[in-house]
Amino acid sequence: MKTAVIVFPGSNCDQDMYYAIKDGLGEEVDYVWHAETSLDGYDAVMIPGGFSYGDYLRSGAIARFAGIMPAVVKAAQEGKPVLGVCNGFQILLESGLLPGAMLKNKNLKFICETVNLQVKNNQTQFSSQYDQNEIIRIPIAHGEGNYYCDDATLQELEDQNRIVFTYSGENPNGSRADIAGIINETGNVLGMMPHPERAADALLGSEDGLRLFQSILKHWRESTHAAYTS
Amino acid sequence: MKKVKVFITLKESVLDPQGQAVMQSLHNMDYKNVQDVRIGKYIELQLDDSANVAEEVDTICDKLLANTVIENYRYEIEEEVHS
Repeated sequence: MKTAVIVFPGSNCDQDMYYAIKDGLGEEVDYVWHAETSLDGYDAVMIPGGFSYGDYLRSGAIARFAGIMPAVVKAAQEGKPVLGVCNGFQILLESGLLPGAMLKNKNLKFICETVNLQVKNNQTQFSSQYDQNEIIRIPIAHGEGNYYCDDATLQELEDQNRIVFTYSGENPNGSRADIAGIINETGNVLGMMPHPERAADALLGSEDGLRLFQSILKHWRESTHAAYTS
Repeated sequence: MKKVKVFITLKESVLDPQGQAVMQSLHNMDYKNVQDVRIGKYIELQLDDSANVAEEVDTICDKLLANTVIENYRYEIEEEVHS
């Protein structure tokens, strides 16, 4: 599996993401600069955390119009796995690949701590290596992770089982329905505020995040194997 | 040349934690009559004259300046006077 990690000016979790895939998964991975226009040849796309374009105007608002974004949208439409973490999630929301928007954390603070998440749906290509309802430990680090969507959208997310992760116990940022991560309708675009790439090795305090990447790899192997044999 | 003043505000249905914090501070300062505070953005644009400035500004706001999931916008178009 060949993965692209998109790098914007102000990305700061790109290296964590790179090493989670290179060392944690042992798979091929490249950095792809935001001004590039093609993602051909990549099997998966990761949009890392950080403060792209200084979070000017709104988090993710400027990045959404970067040169690489049409290629990200194309990859999503082709059914390739697209993962947006933290600022990456904000960019996916701004680009319309996922519904909703981010507000400032309810307590107005930048929160950097490891939190408990509950796996609400382990039937996705990002979460198959977790148990249903399993509690996992993943760090968050954000000032604007207070996920908001209107009632109709929330209903749709719930009805279609598209809420993949929720905060377990105390909700750190005030997000609607304790949402920490959601997928798109076709199940190949995941946005989440917590950082699985920062929990991909026991040395980092938790390796619960690694299974998210292992889930992606497993799904990719199964789908490419099916393509070869059919 | 046109000067466009764009005002962006959070929708009524969206909680504004910044506004709430500022209101709390005003109450602590004894301005008890303040009933609500909503914080928004003010953006000035300067545009070359064209027939469809309003249409263009609508598109600019919808696409970039405002996130219409959580924000509303309105604007005023003024003639830029050069001295």
